[in-house]
Amino acid sequence: MADLTTNIGKLVMKNPVMTASGTFGYGEEFSDFIDISKIGGIIVKGTTIKHREGNPYPRMAETPSGMLNAVGLQNKGVDYFIEHIYPRIKDTDTNILVNVSGSTVADYVATAEKIAALDHIPAIELNISCPNVKEGGMAFGTSCASAESVVSAVRKAYGKTLIVKLSPNVTNIAEIALAVEAAGADSVSLINTIMGMAINAEKRRPVLSTVTGGLSGACVKPIALRMVWQVAKAVKIPVVGLGGIMNATDAVEFLLAGASAIEIGTANFIDPTITIKVAEGINDYLERHGFKSVKDIIGQLETA
Amino acid sequence: MRKYLLDLTVSSNEKLSGNYILMKLTSEEKLPEMLPGQFAEVRVDGSPSTFLRRPISIHYVDRNTNELWFLIQLVGDGTRKLADLKKGDLLNVMLPLGNSFSMPTTEQKELLLVGGGVGTAPMLMLGSVLKNLGFEPTFLLGARSKKDLLQLDKFEAYGNVFVTTEDATYGEKGFVTNHSILKQKKFDKIYTCGPTPMMKAVAAYASKNGIECEVSLENTMACGIGACLCCVTDTKEGHKCVCSDGPVFNIKDLKWQI
Repeated sequence: MADLTTNIGKLVMKNPVMTASGTFGYGEEFSDFIDISKIGGIIVKGTTIKHREGNPYPRMAETPSGMLNAVGLQNKGVDYFIEHIYPRIKDTDTNILVNVSGSTVADYVATAEKIAALDHIPAIELNISCPNVKEGGMAFGTSCASAESVVSAVRKAYGKTLIVKLSPNVTNIAEIALAVEAAGADSVSLINTIMGMAINAEKRRPVLSTVTGGLSGACVKPIALRMVWQVAKAVKIPVVGLGGIMNATDAVEFLLAGASAIEIGTANFIDPTITIKVAEGINDYLERHGFKSVKDIIGQLETA
Repeated sequence: MRKYLLDLTVSSNEKLSGNYILMKLTSEEKLPEMLPGQFAEVRVDGSPSTFLRRPISIHYVDRNTNELWFLIQLVGDGTRKLADLKKGDLLNVMLPLGNSFSMPTTEQKELLLVGGGVGTAPMLMLGSVLKNLGFEPTFLLGARSKKDLLQLDKFEAYGNVFVTTEDATYGEKGFVTNHSILKQKKFDKIYTCGPTPMMKAVAAYASKNGIECEVSLENTMACGIGACLCCVTDTKEGHKCVCSDGPVFNIKDLKWQI
């Protein structure tokens, strides 16, 4: 058995596999299928200061090797999370992370402060990249100045590991990553979904109620991999890679491109056991190639 | 209720009239317990056009013969590929998913099960369960045409069957809500599954006559287990997932304009 432990800031993970926010509920939904404590980290649903109903139906469209979603951060708010959900999941024997979203800098800070008080949440993932909300969300993640302002503000209020989730809907993602690093983030995760749309030609109407949505799934992997590689070269902080990871080989590719950990998203819908399979598959890869630790392959892409 | 991820074996895959198949699946292991109204998320083949699982309602289960039936309308690439499966092929399924139709109270004796098109699928299992509990359910099945009427002989094993077709090729002409049985008999509870306009018409009838009514909704889904929040419907308590809070809803909880 190779050493699969990896670090993201102060966060120590038993393996590099995490679940992408919004694709794994609160973990409990998958516990009939797998022992969720074997996952390196569970990033729960995007959480906002107040209850959000999300967008109207239809919110989902299947696309070639992928899907569009326009859920719009439906959640019951951070207070409900703390009161009702946190007590149920806090003793899960793995890292539970909360994805924090907001419409204003003050919202982000207030939510992060409340999460900071929870002993069993060692890190947050700051979502400055949701493409499905009218205000805030991705708007913060598409310019260096706004990304820096929200990350700086949250950094002052939040002392534990701060991961910032980046939007791919930008001209130069490495510049945003550098701004976020300068603002004090411990890590960046990428990519969030790519803005896309689907049309029903027969009805001459968009498929999604919001017209546009976020594309995820196997089809986005080459873009995600390229961005992870670019960002990992640019920043010194650890990078969490995600976007279209469907199997262990995909995960290894992200590690080679420079990710210190990976997240699995849409693949959870297709195989609810995929997280465990990927963790095992990374171990198989390491053993097959004679590596003792997953750290031996992070960023080891040979381009010369 | 515990959910399972299983590779089931196709024991037969029969083309029915119209554009439908009846797929029967079995397993060496005993099939898990399932309730009427629940569904499965089926892995087709992971090709670009069948990336996500497909939700398929449970048509019938016989735990003695260890057989699970799916009644499937061929509408897209996914269902057409399911039609190509042969005896002995494996099909990966997540099941049983969702809630279920609720059983009648002691005051509810006369039960009406209304199915339209492929929405008749869950009504067979519901009818079999009700029959086993000692009820004599009434089935009211609607279709465009005779060729779209499926499994009539199977339904007849569990209760009286009444039929409407839009083109008058079988039973009474018109929609289910036009059928004369609704004037002849007083029902205490109605269960329905089918196209949304049909279910809304049934719900309106139930509401007008003060009859409790449960509907089984369909929606495009991704996860099937309440994780992704893609398949919501509007309820009086806000957005609820069709996959995990439903697919069965009592009409009094929905925000339908009926």
